Amino acid sequence: MSTPLLTACGLTVEIGGKQVCSDLNLDIHAGQCWALLGTNGIGKTTLLHTLAGLRTPTAGQILLNGLAIDTLPRRQVARQMGLLLQEEGDAFPGTVLETALSGRHPHLGRWQWESAADIALAEQALAQVGLAGLETRQINTLSGGERRRLSVATLLTQDPRLFLLDEPTNHLDPHQQITLLEQLTSQVQEETRGLLMILHDVNLASRFCDHALLLFGEGESLYGPLSRVLRAKNIERLYSHPVIELDGPRGPIYLPQ
Amino acid sequence: MTPRITLGLLLLLAPASLLLALVSGSIDIDLWALLSHSAEPLAQTVVFELRLPRALAAFAVGGMLALAGALMQVLLRNPLADPYILGISGGAAVAALLSLLAGLSGLLLAGNAFIGALASMLLVFGLAHGRGTWTATRLILTGVIVAAGWGALIGLILALAPERGLHGMLFWLMGDLSHTPPPLWGLLACGLGLLLCLPLARDLNVLARGELAASALGVAVPRLRLLLYFIASLLTAGAVTIAGSIGFVGLVIPHLLRLLGLHDHRHLLPGCVLAGGSLLMLADTLARTVVAPQQLPVGVITALLGVPLFLYLLNRRGIRL
Repeated sequence: MSTPLLTACGLTVEIGGKQVCSDLNLDIHAGQCWALLGTNGIGKTTLLHTLAGLRTPTAGQILLNGLAIDTLPRRQVARQMGLLLQEEGDAFPGTVLETALSGRHPHLGRWQWESAADIALAEQALAQVGLAGLETRQINTLSGGERRRLSVATLLTQDPRLFLLDEPTNHLDPHQQITLLEQLTSQVQEETRGLLMILHDVNLASRFCDHALLLFGEGESLYGPLSRVLRAKNIERLYSHPVIELDGPRGPIYLPQ
Repeated sequence: MTPRITLGLLLLLAPASLLLALVSGSIDIDLWALLSHSAEPLAQTVVFELRLPRALAAFAVGGMLALAGALMQVLLRNPLADPYILGISGGAAVAALLSLLAGLSGLLLAGNAFIGALASMLLVFGLAHGRGTWTATRLILTGVIVAAGWGALIGLILALAPERGLHGMLFWLMGDLSHTPPPLWGLLACGLGLLLCLPLARDLNVLARGELAASALGVAVPRLRLLLYFIASLLTAGAVTIAGSIGFVGLVIPHLLRLLGLHDHRHLLPGCVLAGGSLLMLADTLARTVVAPQQLPVGVITALLGVPLFLYLLNRRGIRL
């Protein structure tokens, strides 16, 4: 098998004296979609940022395409891995197109300006998330959902091989949630890309992902192919809440009781 | 209006403001006579030895302040940041007032002000750095507190100073361009500051979206922050050394240009130098002509213009903190 896009070797992550995960060993290969699930405050975002190389783990190592991520220049990391943050605060004005184009930053030299091809890429990404025609709008006039989709468009413009997404469906209505996740996961199927996303909806995870990583707290975790991991008893343990399993058109549907 | 056209207009504004500064004043100047070297010697002297150096110094100071303001706003991710927010002008002011108290003037006064600014810069940097964490919030809080400390010392000096010295101290504190050193150094510092910033301009665009977002887009954030802190601080120190603490240029100009559509720092930074420089030349021309023969501290004019302008912008746009 080819080199995994991302590898966690013996990864232990702690925040505020709490263990998020301990001795985590997982590979994200091209073509895989991972869901990262867990209750509020369990450390999903902390783990995601650690995997992105933005936080130093307590123990263990993260490899990006087989190379230790902390030895790589940030620019090189950003050309291969893109991160969608949970929230973005915009302190300064800017247009939708300018914001999307910032995704090209790691690909451009110090004195290089965005080319027509870069602009075409950004416009295509905006069209993919349904923001075509809003290129000259000010970002502070966008709704929460539109701003969220702009962040995704920026990520698509960045054009990385590995997507790390922190609650990509935040602020989105059900239709937009499905369209966006279809858009993102189709990237993974068509091309040689991989994806790991934090979700709060187990049914979205089971519909769009093929692997899952569950964080139970106290450093305990369960990860692997979806069919093995995403079971009613694991979900009940994950959220400390009983669930009902129903037969749906695409497999089981889980409802909280 | 595209950003390039805006920049082009600003490029025209600079020489226009310079021309206005040269011909305005108590002695009327015939521009054509001056250019054809047929003007009276007195007019020649006034224009080339008094008004021109002063106008150029004003341009350099205004440019440095606006540039430093734009950098500080991104560094602190705070739209209300200005070049003085981290206490650099306070350190310079304390050193300058003590020098005035000791009867120093000219280069000694300027040198001490510069040393005071640098001392404050290192003090805030050392305190904010603390145990290695260096967030924008920690930096801004440290800076504001140190600035408050300087403010107390300034008050103390003013209270204890003999009355005959107060006028000069007040002018220094409000910002004043009537005793500036030769403008060459200021212009060089301003140009050098811009040259150092331009290669970082696209990084600034990304940093303005947040430190995490910038790291995720490939910016080496700790190094960039360090560079920004020192470039902005040195520019501020230079400006304060030349002309005292002139307010509002560094706060208002970057916002004014953002409202005119210069969001991209590759446009905004040169725009700040041009607009800040031009506007301070105009303000200084007003300061020395409005109630002539008496001169006003230019800081009074920039504040009188800046306060209503900023309030207007704030209400129009609803800048979020």
